[in-house]
Amino acid sequence: MITGCAFKFGSGISTDQIIPGRFAYLRSNLPELAKHAMEDADPTFVSRVKEGDFIVAGSNFGLGSSREHAPLVIKMAGVRAVLAKSVARIFFRNAINLGLPVLLCDTDSINEGDQLEIDLQEGTIRDITNDRRLTFAKIPGIMLQILNEGGLLPYLSKYGDFRLPSVR
Amino acid sequence: MIKASGTLAEKILSDKSGGQAGAGDIVIAQVDLVFVQDTTGPLTVRQFQAAGFKRPVSSIKAALFLDHAAPSPNRELADDHSFLRGFARQTGCFLFDVGDGVCHQIVAESLARPGDLILGTDSHTVTAGGLGAFACGMGSTDGAIALGLGKTWLRVPESISVRLSGRFPVGVYAKDLIIYLIGRIGADGATYRALEFGGDTVSVMSVPERLTVSNMAVEAGAKVGLFPADEMTRDYLAAQGRVSDYRPLSPDQSAIYEDTIEINVTELEPMVSKPHTVDNTAPAGELRGTEIQQVVIGTCTNGRLDDLAVAANIMQGKRRCSRTRLVVAPASRGVLQAAVAAGYIQTLLEAGAVILPPGCGPCLGLHQGVLGAGENCLTTANRNFKGRMGNPDAFIYLGSPATAAATALRGEIADPREFL
Repeated sequence: MITGCAFKFGSGISTDQIIPGRFAYLRSNLPELAKHAMEDADPTFVSRVKEGDFIVAGSNFGLGSSREHAPLVIKMAGVRAVLAKSVARIFFRNAINLGLPVLLCDTDSINEGDQLEIDLQEGTIRDITNDRRLTFAKIPGIMLQILNEGGLLPYLSKYGDFRLPSVR
Repeated sequence: MIKASGTLAEKILSDKSGGQAGAGDIVIAQVDLVFVQDTTGPLTVRQFQAAGFKRPVSSIKAALFLDHAAPSPNRELADDHSFLRGFARQTGCFLFDVGDGVCHQIVAESLARPGDLILGTDSHTVTAGGLGAFACGMGSTDGAIALGLGKTWLRVPESISVRLSGRFPVGVYAKDLIIYLIGRIGADGATYRALEFGGDTVSVMSVPERLTVSNMAVEAGAKVGLFPADEMTRDYLAAQGRVSDYRPLSPDQSAIYEDTIEINVTELEPMVSKPHTVDNTAPAGELRGTEIQQVVIGTCTNGRLDDLAVAANIMQGKRRCSRTRLVVAPASRGVLQAAVAAGYIQTLLEAGAVILPPGCGPCLGLHQGVLGAGENCLTTANRNFKGRMGNPDAFIYLGSPATAAATALRGEIADPREFL
């Protein structure tokens, strides 16, 4: 069970808004890079977000670049999960590989600043502020395994190889 | 020879995973080529080392490209370049250094084969789908593990069939087709899907034209943009001295597609993507009067010889509008050399262009053409997201090399057919 505060964004937030290409020179200095998380979508985000909070977005979150630095800076800024109506393919995979849950659900009823309580195992989101419950789409088996191990590196250090779930 | 049946995506992923795979299946697939570039590569190498690997597995080709910030604009990126050069020396990876060109162009010219499974830590890895390779962009950790294990897991995508008929009118190009398609289906219209191109028009589309279309498949959210491998593919490979890399590849008649989109290219016109999303499209002619301060011709989408030829033919004997900068970045050293030999570079220089070294140039906002606040740019690149070219207060339009050349001459967005 994880709880935190919602930071609401619209649809079509690209990796260039999450971590602009102009900061590519900082990509080997991750703590410095993380100070620019979400900067072109909301310049105040990094100063307001706290450890354990959530990004709540519309559709097609994370479209654009393959840069894994996008979910990485979000995670480093303290975000515990991304909730979106839909998410771009590469961003989704990168986030799971880093152990950052991406939950696909109808985010319309969640407002900026709402307190959320998320149960990853149960698959439920409780919006404490407006007393609503939401469910999120099941995370595909192999992605859930990777997420449960905390990301792809810990997963491989445990299993040594890719293992397909027995039930597809 | 690939024996499996189904769509192009199903056939290639079946071949690479040693069984018959269908859309929706999760497979573990052998990878032929893994490549990284200078902005995603350092993290890839660090993750590779963190996973305990010493050198890439011998079953794959591994390549490093210094193209996104080449030559390096600052010390941090120079250090990243040194780091990657050191890794190449230690491990024997192919290294394509500053000035060699954009990873996707060199992959197409030298490394990609029909039926290959290619992973690149760059979203435009999809470009090689123009050669019939299942080429897929991934992040640094996926790239690192593929380098170490020689394989990855993949969900076999559902495919959308895009059936092309008719002939491209004069002044209308592959770029206009893909912009039109993205405008029609939306920036998430093909999320997690394979876009598979077929129909009568495909057999007369050159590989460079196909590469342009595949390159932007990711702008509709697609996992890959695939063309069959046919005589055009064979001719392209033969021209590079690689005819032995050719093998024919086509989907089965019985392949099952999630959806079919029919496009008669005869009806298309020059198209532009307006700020700040690729699917925000309009015919170039409707945007007359939009002043443009910078035109860029180049990138992995449209920096090939044919693209420079189109631009040079329109600009021959003319000069850019004095209010409009013209930046040209050939996609590779080979393209630059051929463009010099053909006289295109001379024509573009006389028209007032600045010629950049082969590489990604201003596309991602690192250097070589960062926009000022309030400025408009028309580029032949593939993305116009807010902030993309280094300034969130600037505005990016996308168009074909012909539209770019016409726009540079007029100083505002122009329909290139008026110059042909």
